[in-house]
Amino acid sequence: MILPMLIGVLLLGGFAAWFSARWSPIAPRWVAIVTLTVEALLLVLPYAVAEHVDDLSSAWFADFYGPWIPRFGISFHLAMDGLSLLLITLTVLLGFMAVSSSWTEIKDRQGFFFFNLLACLAGTVGVFLAVDLFLFFFFWELMITPMYFLISIWGHENRTDAAIKFFIFTQVSSLLMLLAIITLVLLHYNSTGIYSFDYFELLNTVLEPHVAFWLMLGFFIAFTVKLPMVPFHTWLPDAHTQAPTGGSVILAGVMLKTGAYGLLRFVIPLFPDAAHQFAPIAMTLGAVSVLYAAMMAFAQSDLKRLIAYTSVSHMGFILLGVFSWNLLALQGSVITMLAHGISASALFMIAGALQERLHTREMGNMGGLWPALPRLSALTLFFAVASLGLPGLGNFMGEFLVLQGAFSVNMLLVSVAALVLILAPVYALIMIQKAFYGPPSQHSPLSDVGRREWASLGLLVLASVWLGLSPQAVLDVSVPVLKQEMQNSMVMER
Amino acid sequence: MNSNQLIALAPIITIAVTAVAVMLGIAVRRNFILSCGIAAVGIVIALSTLGIASRESAVRATLLILVDAYSLFYMALLLSGGLAVLGFCYDYFKEREGENEELPLLLLTALLGGLVLVGSSHFASFFIGLEILSISLFVLIGYPLNQSRPLEAAIKYLVLSGVSSAFLLMGMALIYSQCGELHFSGIGGYMTSRDNISAMVLSGTLLIMVGLGFKLSLVPFHLWTPDVYEGAPAPVTAFIATVSKGAVFALLLRYFITTYSYDYTPLLTVFSVIAGLSILGGNLLALLQTNVKRLLAYSSIAHMGYLLVAFIAGGRISSMWVVESVSFYLLAYFITTIGAFGVVSVLSTPQTEADDISCYRGLFWRRPWLAATFTLMLLSLAGIPLTAGFIGKFYIFTSAADGRLWGLLLAVIVGSGLGLYYYLRIIVVMSMNVDGAAIKPPQDWVSTAILAVLTMLLVWFGIYPGLLVNVIQSVSYAME
Repeated sequence: MILPMLIGVLLLGGFAAWFSARWSPIAPRWVAIVTLTVEALLLVLPYAVAEHVDDLSSAWFADFYGPWIPRFGISFHLAMDGLSLLLITLTVLLGFMAVSSSWTEIKDRQGFFFFNLLACLAGTVGVFLAVDLFLFFFFWELMITPMYFLISIWGHENRTDAAIKFFIFTQVSSLLMLLAIITLVLLHYNSTGIYSFDYFELLNTVLEPHVAFWLMLGFFIAFTVKLPMVPFHTWLPDAHTQAPTGGSVILAGVMLKTGAYGLLRFVIPLFPDAAHQFAPIAMTLGAVSVLYAAMMAFAQSDLKRLIAYTSVSHMGFILLGVFSWNLLALQGSVITMLAHGISASALFMIAGALQERLHTREMGNMGGLWPALPRLSALTLFFAVASLGLPGLGNFMGEFLVLQGAFSVNMLLVSVAALVLILAPVYALIMIQKAFYGPPSQHSPLSDVGRREWASLGLLVLASVWLGLSPQAVLDVSVPVLKQEMQNSMVMER
Repeated sequence: MNSNQLIALAPIITIAVTAVAVMLGIAVRRNFILSCGIAAVGIVIALSTLGIASRESAVRATLLILVDAYSLFYMALLLSGGLAVLGFCYDYFKEREGENEELPLLLLTALLGGLVLVGSSHFASFFIGLEILSISLFVLIGYPLNQSRPLEAAIKYLVLSGVSSAFLLMGMALIYSQCGELHFSGIGGYMTSRDNISAMVLSGTLLIMVGLGFKLSLVPFHLWTPDVYEGAPAPVTAFIATVSKGAVFALLLRYFITTYSYDYTPLLTVFSVIAGLSILGGNLLALLQTNVKRLLAYSSIAHMGYLLVAFIAGGRISSMWVVESVSFYLLAYFITTIGAFGVVSVLSTPQTEADDISCYRGLFWRRPWLAATFTLMLLSLAGIPLTAGFIGKFYIFTSAADGRLWGLLLAVIVGSGLGLYYYLRIIVVMSMNVDGAAIKPPQDWVSTAILAVLTMLLVWFGIYPGLLVNVIQSVSYAME
């Protein structure tokens, strides 16, 4: 029963926030905080259960089943394992961050803003929980629509184009996935005579190799557009740059992870053979993403655009790790998902804070901010080095594990991708150099980090350090899932 | 004629009687509210007689009309659509100058034509139904007499409709010359008795397709659509886009299934080309529009293309499947399109038709509920989940994937992508910031109520379509 509640609380909270705007313009943000707090409390329960998962039992520790459209065997089937639990935790954490960074930034129509924010989170949580492919698709689309509104109503100067581009990219790619889902279900029907969209039923569908390849491609494109992977990444710099800070935080922190989650949960388990054959291409694309996006990041003059490209670069690691399909690389991918969620959101929050103070995102117009904003600058430096992969912080753990795991699969590619360890400091430090060092440009006195910003950014600092120093706690939660998935696909390959 | 047949024909008779009643009412006293009232009561009675008729199994009422679950379903759809349009017409015309009392009368006769069309199983009733429908539509389109746009649109529709009827008759003649049958099942019998394809029947069916293609505004027979949609009063546009097209499509599907025309694979090839052209052409041309009514016109061309994809899949999959997909899609399309044009009609004033996109600027902040309704309708047209349009699109995908129509599916995906762009553009315009707080909207209670019902149905069928799917599935058994 807790699983539908996780989605329902966010949705109800969204509606409550919308209607609360009637009696006070600042009520919606408090409603949002309360909603997220309730959601966080609800999450304690599954963690208590997750502790008792061992190698013998199934990795799924919560399940909810309700009939929906029996005609097609579509059901309202939710289930939770360690992976979804971790990602939902990240979602809730970053939900708080998004609310915090929208606290003063959003002045108009706050009710509708927080409705969209919470609806978007509800959709994302739904994506992480759904184990019925139709339901999954439903949530997948559901999270896009509110994000579209967030960008197109509260975004910056080119918001309209960015929002439409975002929507069309994700929508068209997800229609390919819908087609793949439907075809898979029809093939399953032809062999068994039962219509079913259930993940567990479809896992064991026997497919012709070439059919499996095309279906896999349908899923793969949908997920890598979301991830995003070069060459499908062009929507991302625009959407991230134009979105309001809260939107950027959700986009970078959570929504990109749905793509990675999809690859892990659906592409490889459903089509193990096809994915295995496709792995060299996917890994090459991952490596290309890593390097190309890092170079593009270096070339940007817009702070948010730079951060957006670093996201693409980090997501390339995840692609690399997932398609290596060994435990080490998979663990690395999971850690990278979480660590990147934290560091990228923090950087976007800082960019938002700077924009609120300076009314610009151009690094050329910043310069010499360190004396004016010492604390904010120090925080930026922290997250910049986190993002370049400084040992001791979360991102390092993830990338290290991915590289180590992938090395045994494809030495050449990994060696090339590892070059990013040079490129990443370059883009991270150029950002610090351009914006914070140098001669101070004349600014009116700026207010440094306030209490609200301290609290939220400080929390992310702690999370990042914790993830870097003791990743074992996270690994323990995700290892049963990853082992089980690897085992399943092994059985299939035999 | 026995009592069963009488019950089966009751909806058609009721509508005909109501039309006469409205006419007599006008003769006694010219009152717009009275005319609309009588018409509305008549439609409601006809709907309730459908309930009685649905208890009987399929009834062959006269040689011309077959009343089975399939025709009852479409009759209900047409009547409900007609009722909604009547409501919009009431609010749209109540403040306007001129003698508007005949408008409900014309709507009733158009509906009568539609009812005959969906029940017909014979070329004669096919043609009579189509003509009753079309002739009423000429007058409806040109109803605002003192304006030039509607008149232009009416003339255009009159001429093209006349041409398409000529094609249709020629097609029927060719088929008759070969089979010696006018009844659908007779033609079906002829088709199954022959092994090879008869060129005469093939060209006859092609000509019928041309004629119906005009009515359904499929590319390349679509040229009248944007002009007529733009010129006609908004509620009438809703009527043309839904009731008229829905009736014709229902008939086309029944004709194809009962005459076994699916065995004529060359026909399906032609259809595939038409469907592809309609999807791509409609969506591409819609990109260029700044007039909302023209935009919706092109989008409706594309939607007829999507519908045709499910229709074509009938060559490979069972006809029950096709009926189910087409029926669900048409129902979602009815709700959405009537709703969208309903919003246009609510926003229109006697002075200006709200068809330019600038009329919608900042609508979200001026009239939030109306804007939210319109947004839902547009998202449904784009096939986004939570709306009935998504389930409709899901049906199209499923039947096309089952029929292995990969090329057409690709066209649907590309078309949806293009479509999203222009639907979102309207939503963007509606969400733009404008100065000024919410204004007190004029009191269009009837339209508001109808829009509320349509929105609720849209979301209901989008989230929980199970019930409707069961109903439609039982309808599809009729066409086994």
